[in-house]
Order: sequence, then structure tokens, then C-alpha cells
Amino acid sequence: MTMSPDHFASPSDADTLSRLRDRLALGADAEGLLDVAYTTMDSPVGTLLLAATPKGLVRVAYDVEDHDRVLESLSRQISPRVLRAPRRLDAAARELDEYFGGQRRVFDLPLDLSLSKGFRQLVQRHLPQIGYGQTRSYRQVAELVGNPRAVRAVGTACATNPLPVVLPCHRVLKADGTPGGYVGGPHAKRMLLRLEAPA
Amino acid sequence: MKQPFEKLVAQHGGTVLRVCRVIVGVHDAGDAWSETFLAALRAYPELPDDANAEAWLVAIAHRKAIDVLRARKRQPVPVGEIPEVPTALGVPGARDRDLWQAVAALPEKQRQAVAYHYVAGLAYAEIAGILGGTSDAARRAAADGIKNLRKNYPRAATEGAPS
Repeated sequence: MTMSPDHFASPSDADTLSRLRDRLALGADAEGLLDVAYTTMDSPVGTLLLAATPKGLVRVAYDVEDHDRVLESLSRQISPRVLRAPRRLDAAARELDEYFGGQRRVFDLPLDLSLSKGFRQLVQRHLPQIGYGQTRSYRQVAELVGNPRAVRAVGTACATNPLPVVLPCHRVLKADGTPGGYVGGPHAKRMLLRLEAPA
Repeated sequence: MKQPFEKLVAQHGGTVLRVCRVIVGVHDAGDAWSETFLAALRAYPELPDDANAEAWLVAIAHRKAIDVLRARKRQPVPVGEIPEVPTALGVPGARDRDLWQAVAALPEKQRQAVAYHYVAGLAYAEIAGILGGTSDAARRAAADGIKNLRKNYPRAATEGAPS
């Protein structure tokens, strides 16, 4: 007799597994084992990956960053206990939806900035001081954090922002007013600036 | 490098589910699966990067399935009973009922060896590591299991071409 795994498969396995995986995510959270929860959401700037630790939102990633690679680096930098568990991201996803719909100007979410250190984190913490619809140059941001000569380092801090959109590095432009680089690509940066531009 | 745990669930969730079905029956497979992956998630940070993740998961499933079987012995539920109505856990088609009964009737070691070799695809040395004993003993248990299945589920001889 030939015994093959198919003998023990069932046409409804995909449904069963999807239910079991949901149950696993809830159980993991209840037992304090959900070190990194993530989900993905559609947005006008492409599919976004959202990830959160128990402390708060830790990562927002654009498609162009390659979500598989982002998850691998979260696994390496924070913990390999990474599960798709949308529930922890409900509030973040809702606020982002409101933002993209023009209904929200400020994010009110617990954040976990543990992916960045030192001066970069200092810069990223200051980004929300640039209000909705406003822009600053890299030099102005350097002045804002009290280190006017660190223009280049401000650029690096923006380029390595683990929480784009939520920490608005898209509001930092080159001195001549052109958008400059962006973690989500120049197209995404222009779109966010257009979204925030007064009608 | 260690993969995100979600990857392990995606890659091996189906195999572990089928293994659980063989060991504890369709009715309790979902519980055994959940216990397995929760325990695996807890221990995952300590798993060596170069370990065979599937063999590791099957070894955990083996222990959790024994727990489920023990718990069931304390309750008046026959081992390997097939529910009459489809449960939320996805019962294989009725045409396989004879196979399930044949599998449930196997001695425990044979059922385990068949599950880990023919369903999970583990090598006999890996199975010996899970069951204890030698590779040869694992090979014999799997062969005896298949022989018994062939006796009690003759239809299997004519279907399921080798892949």
C-alpha cells in the first residue's frame, strides 16, 4: 500500500488552518508570547506593513522595502516571535485610514522607537512637531533638534525612519523645496504632500 | 538566520495538522495543533538556527498529542472516533472513514511511526529521536503499521499512486 500525506488532507484544510492561525495569534497574545504582531493594509501609497510590540507601533513599511525582508529584520532585531495578528494593529490601521481619507491630521498611537538609536531617534521623535501640511528643510530640522550642522545626519535619520507616515519625515524637503529622497519612493512622498496641501 | 515564526506556521502548519489527525484523530486535531504551535512559539527563541524546524515541530506535536490522548483517557470518549457530523476542524470525506478507523485501530507506536514517516516525511533516525529506540525499530514500527493498514483498509492498495 502506498501511504501518502494526501490520505490525511481534507478539502477544507485551508479554512481550518486559517481558523487555527487566528486562534494561535489570540492565544499567543493572551500568554504574552506575541513579541511582534503584524498586519498589512491597502493605502493610496500601496500596501503598508504595520508591526507592533506590546509597547506600541514599531514599524510601518512600504511595499518597496520588501515586506518579507522587513519581517526578517524585525525577527532579528526584536524577536523571532513574529505572527500575523491584525488585532493589535486595529487602532493604527484605523488612524492611517482616517489620515489617507483626509479625516485625521495628528496620530495618537503608542509608539515603540526601539528600532532606532541616538541622534536618529532624537530626530524622528521631533518630526511630529512639523504640523500637517507644513514642510521644513533638512537644515531647519537640524536646527530644531539643536544641532544645526548635522544636516546630513538629519537626512540619514529621515531615510531610516522606522515609522514613515506616522512620524512625518515626508514633510522634510531639500533646501530648494524639491522633495528629495523618501523611504517609500519619491512618488509616495509627493502623494503625501499633495494629500496634505491646503485645497 | 532565524525566520519569523509566522513563516514556520505557513510552511509546516498543514503537515502538523495532518500528523495531529493521525495521532489523536480528527476530533482533537485542532486542539493538538494549537497546543503544539503555542509551545513552539514559546521555545522558538532557543531553537538553534540550523535545526530542522519540521522535525522539531513534529517532536513537539508528538508530546502534545500524548497529552491530548491522556486527557481523553480520563474522559469516556473512544479513541479515534470519527464525528458523525462535520466539525469546524475540517473532517476528511466520508469515503475515508474506513481509513480513519484503520488508523485509529493501530497500536500507538505504529500509528506514530506511520505519521512521522509517511505524513511528515521524517527520516527514521529523526523518528527514533522522537520515539526513543533505534532507527531500525522506527523503520519496523512504520512497516508493521503499513502492513496492518493494508490488512484493514484494502482499498488503499489500489489508490494513492506513489508520488
